[in-house]
Amino acid sequence: MIHTIAFYLFAAILIASAVLVIMSRNPVHSVLWLILAFFNAAGLMVLVGAEFIAMLLVIVYVGAVAVLFLFVVMMLDIDFAELRAGFMKNFPLGILLALVLLAELVLGLGAYRVGSLTLGEADGSAMTIAGRSNIESIGGLLYGRYLFLFEAAGLVLLVAMIGAIVLTHRQRTDTRGQNISRQVKRRPEEATVNVKPEVGQGVKL
Amino acid sequence: MIGIEHYVVVSSILFVLGVLGIFLNRKNVIVILMAIELILLAVNINLVAFSAFLGDLTGQVFAMFVLTVAAGEAAIGLAILVIYFRGRGTIAVEDIHRMRG
Amino acid sequence: MIQLIVFGPLLAAIVAGFANKSFGTVFPKAVTTGALFLSCALSWPIFLGFMTGTSEAGVTPVLEWVRSGDMTFDWALRIDALTAVMLVVITSVSALVHLYSWGYMDEDPDQPRFFAYLSLFTFAMLMLVTADNLVQMFFGWEGVGLASYLLIGFWFRKPSANAAAIKAFVVNRVGDLGFMLGIFGVFLVFGTTSIPEIIDRAPEMAGSSIGFLGMRLDTMTILCLLLFIGAMGKSAQLGLHTWLPDAMEGPTPVSALIHAATMVTAGVFMVCRLSPLFETSQIALGFVTFIGAATCLFAATVGTTQTDIKRVIAYSTCSQLGYMFFAAGVGAYGAAMFHLFTHAFFKALLFLGAGSVIHAMHHEQDMRYYGGLRKHIPITFWAMTAGTLAITGVGLWFAHVGFAGFYSKDAILESAFASGTEMGRFAFFIGITAALLTSFYSWRLVFLTFFGKPRWDQSEHIQHAVHEGHHDSAHHNLASQEDAGHDPHAPAHKALDDEVHGHAPAHGDGTAGYHPHESPWVMLLPLVILSLGAIFAGAIWSHSFLDSAAFWDGSIFYNEHLMHAMHEVPAWVKIAPGAVMLIGLAIAWNNYIRDPDAAGRFVAMFGGVYTFLKNKWYFDEVYHVLFVKPAFWLGRKFWKWGDEGTIDRFGPNGAAWVVAQGSRYAQVVQTGYLYSYALVMLLGLVAAISWVMVR
Repeated sequence: MIHTIAFYLFAAILIASAVLVIMSRNPVHSVLWLILAFFNAAGLMVLVGAEFIAMLLVIVYVGAVAVLFLFVVMMLDIDFAELRAGFMKNFPLGILLALVLLAELVLGLGAYRVGSLTLGEADGSAMTIAGRSNIESIGGLLYGRYLFLFEAAGLVLLVAMIGAIVLTHRQRTDTRGQNISRQVKRRPEEATVNVKPEVGQGVKL
Repeated sequence: MIGIEHYVVVSSILFVLGVLGIFLNRKNVIVILMAIELILLAVNINLVAFSAFLGDLTGQVFAMFVLTVAAGEAAIGLAILVIYFRGRGTIAVEDIHRMRG
Repeated sequence: MIQLIVFGPLLAAIVAGFANKSFGTVFPKAVTTGALFLSCALSWPIFLGFMTGTSEAGVTPVLEWVRSGDMTFDWALRIDALTAVMLVVITSVSALVHLYSWGYMDEDPDQPRFFAYLSLFTFAMLMLVTADNLVQMFFGWEGVGLASYLLIGFWFRKPSANAAAIKAFVVNRVGDLGFMLGIFGVFLVFGTTSIPEIIDRAPEMAGSSIGFLGMRLDTMTILCLLLFIGAMGKSAQLGLHTWLPDAMEGPTPVSALIHAATMVTAGVFMVCRLSPLFETSQIALGFVTFIGAATCLFAATVGTTQTDIKRVIAYSTCSQLGYMFFAAGVGAYGAAMFHLFTHAFFKALLFLGAGSVIHAMHHEQDMRYYGGLRKHIPITFWAMTAGTLAITGVGLWFAHVGFAGFYSKDAILESAFASGTEMGRFAFFIGITAALLTSFYSWRLVFLTFFGKPRWDQSEHIQHAVHEGHHDSAHHNLASQEDAGHDPHAPAHKALDDEVHGHAPAHGDGTAGYHPHESPWVMLLPLVILSLGAIFAGAIWSHSFLDSAAFWDGSIFYNEHLMHAMHEVPAWVKIAPGAVMLIGLAIAWNNYIRDPDAAGRFVAMFGGVYTFLKNKWYFDEVYHVLFVKPAFWLGRKFWKWGDEGTIDRFGPNGAAWVVAQGSRYAQVVQTGYLYSYALVMLLGLVAAISWVMVR
C-alpha cells in the first residue's frame, strides 16, 4: 500500500519537475528542478530495490553533474530571455510528434498487457546473490564479468577530463612565467657579451 | 500493484518530455543539455526497472555505465558551451547557426 | 638531280627556319641563297637541253602517297619542256631575289624567317610545276598560297599587312574551291588524277554530259571552267583580283618573286599544262579569252591613276596576266608561255628596280614625292628603263628586232587576230587598247620617278631621314666648335636650329637637303642580270617558244595552223602594237615632262572617270557589301547564338548553373539550428519505430 503511494508520489513529482525544467524561464530554476527530478528518480529506484544505482544517481548526477550545470549557468552571463515568438512556430509539430511517440509506447504497453508481447528471460547468471546486499552483488559482477567494461568506463572519464581541460585552457597573456628549461640551459660564456656600439647607436639585446 | 508497465510509462513520459525540451526551447543551449540529461535519466529508470523485474543485474550494471558516459558528456558539452560563449558572447539558440549551409 | 633542284630549297628553308639566334643571320641567308643558286645552276642545263633537243621528258617517282580503293596517286617529279621553262624562271628569279634581299632586308631583325619563307615558297612552286598528278599540283598550289600569306604578312606588327595577307589567302581560297571541284570532277570522270592519263583521254570525253547542281552540262566545259576558276584566283583575274594590289604590303622582293614572276603565273602554267583538256571545250576557251581580255583592260585602266609605285607595277602584272590568259584562250599556248617567260624577267626587274628606288628614298613609295632621280641613282634608272622598254614592247617590226616584250606581246596580239574567232578579234582590240594604256602608265612611272625636278621635300619619310641626319651632324659641329675654343654659340646654334627644326627653307630645290644614294651591289647585280634578260631574252628564244613544235614536244597543245597564221597577219596588225606604244609614250611625255599641269587639267575635266578608276572600279567596296559584311554577320550570329547561346549555355555554363541551383535548394535544409536538426532526428526516430511496429 505504502509502496503504491510512494510510487505515485515519486512519479508525479518527477514528471512535474521534468516539465518545469523545460518550461522555466530562469536557467537557475531549470537546474534546480532538474535536481529535484533526480532525487525523485532515485527514490523510484530505491522502491524497486536498486539502492546502489539510486545512491549513485544522487552522488554523481546531483552532486557532480547538476552542480556543474549550476556553475556554468552562473559563470555565463545569460540574460533572462523571454519566451521568444518563434516558440509557437514549432510547437504544433513538436507536440504532434511527441503524442505520436507516446501513442506508440502505449500501444506497446497494450500489447504487453494482452500477452502478445513476451519479455526476455534472464538466464540467471546475473542474479542477485542470495543473502548479499544489492551493492555486493553488483560489485561481484562489475569486478568479475564486466571488468573490462569497467576499466573502459574509467578511460572514458579520463578522456572526458582531458578534453574538458584542453578545450577551456587559456594562456594568460598578461603574465610572464619562467621557462625552466631555458634557465637551466644557460652557460656562463654566453651569459655576458661585449659590444662596442657607435656613439649614438643603441645596443641590441 | 505496481508492475513493470508503470515504470515503463513513467520512463516514456520522461523521455518524451526530454525530446520535446530539445526542440521546443528557444532560450539557451543549457536547457538543451538538461533535456538530454532527462532523456538519459528516463533510460536509466527503464533499465533499472527491467533489471529488477527480470531478476537480472546486468541492467543495473549497464545503468551505471550510462551514468558514467552521461557525466562525461555533460562535462564536455558544458566545456564547449563555455568556449563558444567566450567567442560569441551569446548562447541563445537562435543565434547559434554558424554551421548554416 | 631533279630531286636536288626541288628539295634543295625545302631543306634550306627548314634549316633557316629552325636555326635560332645563336646561328646569327648570315648562316641562314647563306644556306638559302646558296641552295637557290645551286637549283638555278642545275635548271639551266635542263632547259637548254630541251632547247637543243637533247633532253628527254621523263617522270622521277619519289614516294608512294595514297592507295585508297580506286584512288591512287604518288609523289613524282615530271620534267618536260613546259616544266623546264618554269624551272628556269622560278629558280633564276628566286635566286636573284634571295641575293637582292641581302641588301634590301639588311636592317630587318627577322631576316632568317624571311629567307626561310622565300625558300619554302620556291619549294612549293617547284612542286607545283613538276607535278605529275593534279593532287600534287594542288599541294604546290596551296603551298604557294600559304607562303604568299606568310610573306605578305611578314611585317606582322602592321595591321594593314595582316589584313592584306588574310585577304590574299581568302580570295585565293575562293579560287581553290573551284579548283578542288574541278579535281573532284576530273577524278569522277576519268577515274584518275594523273595528268598524262587525263590528257590522253580528254578527247574521248569531248561530247559527253554530266550532272552538276541539278543541270545537265557538257563534261569538259564544266571541268575546264572549274579548273579555270582556280587559275582566276591564283592569277588575280577579274573578279578574284582584289588581293593583288593589297599584296604590295609585303616587302618588295616578295612582290618581285611571288606577284610578278612565279605564283601568279601558276594559273597560266596550269592552263597550259592542261591545254589538251581546254582544247576540247570551245566554251571554256571562250570564257578564258574573255576573262583574260577583260582583266587586261581593267587593270590597265586602274594602273593609269595609281600614285604608289608598287601598285602601278602590280596592276601592270595583273594586266599582263590577262594577256597570257587570252593568248591561251585563243589557242596560242606557246605564245602565252613565252610571254610568261619574258614577263618574269622584266616584271621582276621592274619590281626590284622599284625596290631600289624605295630603298634610296628611305621607304617613300608615293611617286608624287619622286622626281629627277636619274642623276642620283643612275644604274637603277637604266635598269628600269630597260624594263619599261621591254614591257611596252619597243621594237622594229620590219626587222623583227626588239626588246623582250616586243616579241612576246606582239605574238599574243597577232595570234589573237589570227585565230579568226569573234572572241579572238574582240580580245585583239582590247589588247591593243590595253597596250596603249600600258605604254602610257609605264612611261608615266619612269617620267614621274626619274625626270623633272625633285619633289620629295614634303615627304614624311624624307623628313625623318633628314632630321636624323641633321641631328647627328649638328651635334658634331657643336662639339668641334667648342673644342676649338671659339664661342660663337649663339649665332651658330641658331643657324643649326633653323635647319633642324624648320622645314629647311634654305633649300629651295624641293630636296630638303636629302640626297638619295645608289643601292649596294647585292641589289644592283640582280638588276643588271635581269636587264640583260629583259633586253635579249626575246630575240634569243622567240623561235623556240613560238614556232618549234619539237621544243614543246607534246607538253602543251601546239596549234600548228595558228602558229603559221600568226606570221601571216596583215601588216597593220603587225604595226599596231608599235604604233600604240609610241602614242602612249607621247601622251606620257606630254603630261609629265613637257607640260606637267596637263595631267591635273585632264583629271579636272574627267573627274568622275578619274575617281572611278582610282577607286579600282569600286570592286573592293562592292565585295565588302556583298560578301564581307554578310560573312561577318553570319559569323557573329554563330558566335552569339550558337557558341555562346547554345553550346555554352547547355554545356559548361549550364552545368554550373544546375549545380548552383541545386545547392541553393539543398541549403534550405541546413539551417544551423540545433532544434531543427533535433526535429529531423525525432522524425526519423518516429518513422523507424512506426515502421517496426507496423511490420
